[in-house]
Amino acid sequence: MNLVMTLGFLLVIIGLWAMLTQKNLIKIIIGFSIIDTGVHLIIVSIGYIKGRTAPILDASVSVADAANKIVDPIPSALVLTAIVIGLAVTALMLTFVIKLYQKNKSLSIDDYQELKW
Amino acid sequence: MIKQVLSLVAIVLLAALIFAPMLINTPLHTSLTPLANYYATQGADDLGAPNLVTAIVVTYRGLDTLGEVTVLFIATAGIGFLMGKKKKLITPKRPASELLQNGASFLLPIIILFGVYIFMHGHLTPGGGFQGGVVIASGILFMMLINQDWSHNVFLFLESFSGFFYVTIGALGIVLAGGFLDNRILPLGTFGTIFSAGAIPLIYSLIGLKVGTELVGILHAMRGEE
Repeated sequence: MNLVMTLGFLLVIIGLWAMLTQKNLIKIIIGFSIIDTGVHLIIVSIGYIKGRTAPILDASVSVADAANKIVDPIPSALVLTAIVIGLAVTALMLTFVIKLYQKNKSLSIDDYQELKW
Repeated sequence: MIKQVLSLVAIVLLAALIFAPMLINTPLHTSLTPLANYYATQGADDLGAPNLVTAIVVTYRGLDTLGEVTVLFIATAGIGFLMGKKKKLITPKRPASELLQNGASFLLPIIILFGVYIFMHGHLTPGGGFQGGVVIASGILFMMLINQDWSHNVFLFLESFSGFFYVTIGALGIVLAGGFLDNRILPLGTFGTIFSAGAIPLIYSLIGLKVGTELVGILHAMRGEE
């Protein structure tokens, strides 16, 4: 069992619950952000190796010994960019909400029936 | 009520069928994967960057990062498009308080300096262009809070400039070194010093400027509209 990954899945579940049950558009976006954070935790936890340190070679991690002392650097690199992208996508969604509110003066998802089937 | 029950059923199914098996079947690693092992053993010799995460972000998976910056640009462009042209800025009811004005003027240079430090040292310490860019954007947010009439053009210029040179340096790698975004177009230098690791500090600084100015663009687009 992996504690960080468990917490990550827990965050995904909480965020999904918020997205499925909340009526307020801004609360749905908050749910999306929570899912985002959970996915980041899951990806980072995949690369973690118990008892090892960050993948930076310095006085305490020599180049020759690096393979035995560092965690997997690839998931960290992926999450690093994903965090900034998540921020930009959240901003884009909030912009949609601002525009919807300006047009229809409502933040409730029940007032937007156009895409419902 | 029925919707909540359905949502609960959907989430429980998802957790039981996908999350739980993933959680149980993902092994706890005790050694690096072959690819990570290559980066750990050869990365320092190949690229000369002590921070392996930076080596991967900027060079090994540089194309990926270019894609991420493009996604960021598209999101910013979408926000700018949706918010549209400003009719006029909302005039503030009162000027920013003296505490905010003095505090922001004092902190602004320090925050910008810190952001620049983070992306200049991206190949040596934890940090890099993305983090440094966000720090700079937070400094500019301070500036927007105290100064209401403020021109966005210099940031638009910086954004185009850094994006253009990022791709140009990447293309130079095809001619002068092993391929697109190869950092060895400049000498690798002494391992662990600031002017080392070839073009990595340069590329990461440009990414930092690009990310910072793009986030400033988001702030600008979302700021005061009638």
